[in-house]
Amino acid sequence: MVTKEMLGLNIEVNEEGFMLDTSQWTPELAVEIAKAEGIELTDAHWQVINWCRQIAGVLGVSPTLRQITKGAGVSTKELFKLFPKGPAKKVAKIAGLGKPQGCV
Amino acid sequence: MSDDNRHVTFICSKGNLDMAYPALIMGWAALGNGIDVTIFFTFWGLDLIRKDRVDHLEIAPVANTSMKMSMMGVPGNLGIPNIMGMLPGMTAFSTSLMKKKMEELDVPPVREYIEMLADAGAHLYACKMTVDMMDIKEEDFVDGVQGIVTAGDFMDMTAGSQIIFI
Repeated sequence: MVTKEMLGLNIEVNEEGFMLDTSQWTPELAVEIAKAEGIELTDAHWQVINWCRQIAGVLGVSPTLRQITKGAGVSTKELFKLFPKGPAKKVAKIAGLGKPQGCV
Repeated sequence: MSDDNRHVTFICSKGNLDMAYPALIMGWAALGNGIDVTIFFTFWGLDLIRKDRVDHLEIAPVANTSMKMSMMGVPGNLGIPNIMGMLPGMTAFSTSLMKKKMEELDVPPVREYIEMLADAGAHLYACKMTVDMMDIKEEDFVDGVQGIVTAGDFMDMTAGSQIIFI
C-alpha cells in the first residue's frame, strides 16, 4: 500500500495506482488521475466512468472490457479511443475502483 | 504502433473451435493491457476469418483424450470413447457443448471476438501462401482483416515482437 497526495488529500493506492478506498473518490480526484494518465475528461468519458462506478456498486468488482462495451452504451472502438491502451484498467483507475479481474 | 510499446503476435494455424480461442482471449487481454497485437492466420487458422466458416468451427471428440467432463449428471472424468465419437452427430454434440460452456462464461462467439479485436486495434492478416493454396479471395474474409501478406512481410512486420504460435 502506498499513500499518494492528490488535491491535498492522502489517497491510499496499491502498487499499480488503483485506489484502495473507493469512498475517498471524488469527481475532482478523477480529473487529476485522468490528467496523470494523459486524458482530458469529456462528457463521453464521464458516461463510461459513471456507468462503471454504478455497476461496480452492484457487482462489487470493476467491470471488464466486454461488460463496459455491452453495458455503458459505448462501442469497442470508441472505448479504446476514449481511454487508449487498456481502457478497462484506465477507467477503473480514474473511477477509483479496483483493478478489473476476468479475461473477457 | 509506437516502437517502445510491447508488441505480441499470435500465429493462428488451427481451425478447431477449441484452438480458435487461445489467441482471441490472450489477444483481447493484451489489448486490455495496452499492448500492440498482431494476429496472423495461416492454414486452418484461416477458418477463423472466413465469412462462410467462422460460425461453423467445431471440436471433434475422436482422438481427443482430454475431452472429459461432467455430462448427463455424471461429474468429473467421463470421456467419450473413440468408437462413440465416430458416430454421426458426435462432433456436433461436443461442439454445442463447448459453445454452451463458453456462453455461460460470457465468452463471445468467434465472429464477434474477431470484430472486437479489430475494433480495439489488433492488426489481422491472412497468410498469402495458404490463401493461394486454398483458392480464397480477400472478399471471403470478415471485416477487420487488413490484408494478405507473405511470410517475409510477416517477419518484417513483427520485428521485435513476441510471437506465440498456436
